[in-house]
Amino acid sequence: MNAQPMIQMIDVRKRFGAQEVLRGINLSIFEGKTTVIVGESGQGKSLIIKHILGLMKPTSGKILVNGKDINTISRKGLKEIRANFGVLFQHAALFDSMTVFENVALPLRERTKASAEEIRNKVAEMLTLMDLEGSGEKYPAQISGGMRKRVGLARALVLNPKIVFFDEPTTGLDIAKSNEIYRVFFRTQTKLGYTSVIVSHDVPKIFKLADYVALLYNGIIQDCISPEDFQTSENPVIREFVEKTMGHIYESERMEG
Amino acid sequence: MTRILNTVGELTLYYVNQAGRMGIFLAFVIYHIIKLPYYKIAHVIKQIYIIGTLSVFVIVFTGAFTGMVLALQGFNTLSKFGSEGLIGSVVALSLIRELGPVLAALMVTGRAGSAICAEIGIMRNSEQIDALECMAIDPHKYIMAPKFIAALVSVPLLTAVFNVVGIFGGYIVGVKLMGANEGAFFTSMYRDVEFADISMGFIKSVCFGLLIVWICAAKGYYVHMERSGGFGAEGVSRVTTSAVVLSSVSILVLDYIITSLLI
Repeated sequence: MNAQPMIQMIDVRKRFGAQEVLRGINLSIFEGKTTVIVGESGQGKSLIIKHILGLMKPTSGKILVNGKDINTISRKGLKEIRANFGVLFQHAALFDSMTVFENVALPLRERTKASAEEIRNKVAEMLTLMDLEGSGEKYPAQISGGMRKRVGLARALVLNPKIVFFDEPTTGLDIAKSNEIYRVFFRTQTKLGYTSVIVSHDVPKIFKLADYVALLYNGIIQDCISPEDFQTSENPVIREFVEKTMGHIYESERMEG
Repeated sequence: MTRILNTVGELTLYYVNQAGRMGIFLAFVIYHIIKLPYYKIAHVIKQIYIIGTLSVFVIVFTGAFTGMVLALQGFNTLSKFGSEGLIGSVVALSLIRELGPVLAALMVTGRAGSAICAEIGIMRNSEQIDALECMAIDPHKYIMAPKFIAALVSVPLLTAVFNVVGIFGGYIVGVKLMGANEGAFFTSMYRDVEFADISMGFIKSVCFGLLIVWICAAKGYYVHMERSGGFGAEGVSRVTTSAVVLSSVSILVLDYIITSLLI
């Protein structure tokens, strides 16, 4: 953890009216690593990602991406920072009036000078990587939820971003489908080597992918440590979370047996 | 008492905020219109088709009936003074200076303005606009600029269609049905319609085109900040209604202002 962090959140607070949701977030995200933010629903995990993306402004505190504060930077500067981002939204946020092909091609068309043929080849390559061959001409409404997430992932990765954000990548999918997403994630990260930030409550499976796990509880990041340390942490909040999410279903050892 | 003051203050802040938001929105779009790369022409043409071409039918229909009713009313009034010959000039001037730009703009608001607002509102609600921003694609450039150019091109053209069809409708009713003199119909029109009338109608239609697309697009874009609340489908439906109402009222107010300045 000695390297300079790629993203740093320093005492970030967010207030909605009388309710303070983020109460001083301190979090560092390191290059090439996978950081997973876990926590119960409604704690504001997605909010953290929205703040890093610059889609929301904190009430106070700083967010540094490569050392630049994204809330004071110019529009042009923000655009340059975002050019390194890839985002998989919770509900994929595909452009519903465009086909799957057009969705994945959009970043290439708008942000690069690639020719029509280069775009076609690159999109075809991404769709193959996501096991989506033959779905290019379909519209988002015509494909399943799991496929939509994979299209979202293809669109997020098509420009080889340096940092990829995943907002609940497997929520609403069955076990087989979420395993599929994890496999795709693992395959693409090995191939493309991006830094990733994942918001998830799919504990403990998500630990397999994580380099660091951060627990958001009560508006504060409790700790950001390796999954092994997380599971044996002495921090009472983390211990309670681990017990709640990974512990027994039954009330006593006897019933469990 | 404090509650009243609170509410007044809150409302004032909200509306000042909204005005500022919309002003900044317009400034960004104009910047991107000026800088819009040539390869975006396909997007612009698609929007001209949606806003302009698809509105032609409703414009022709309303234009014809407006001209017809103008001729009918005008003929009855003018015949009291024995001036039926002026019917051509009455129909043409009313349409070119006033009714053409206003009614065409109101029709475009109802048909295309509401669609623009709803489309952008849904894009905002389903995070599609956030997704664009995160891809470092500016929504002002990608979504708004083509729509603005399309509206600025389409509305004056639709107004022209409205006027021509309206005058033709007036001719059918005035001359063919009511029996006004055909020669007098056209002579009075040629004599009384001046370039200033046409340019006034043109200026109005360009301003209305900008007003419609500005209000409808900005309302949809900021659907999540609306004070009237309501999320999802309900939020979009409310904001679309309010965009159509606001556009229509603004068109009539702006019409008065432009007329008073140019007359």
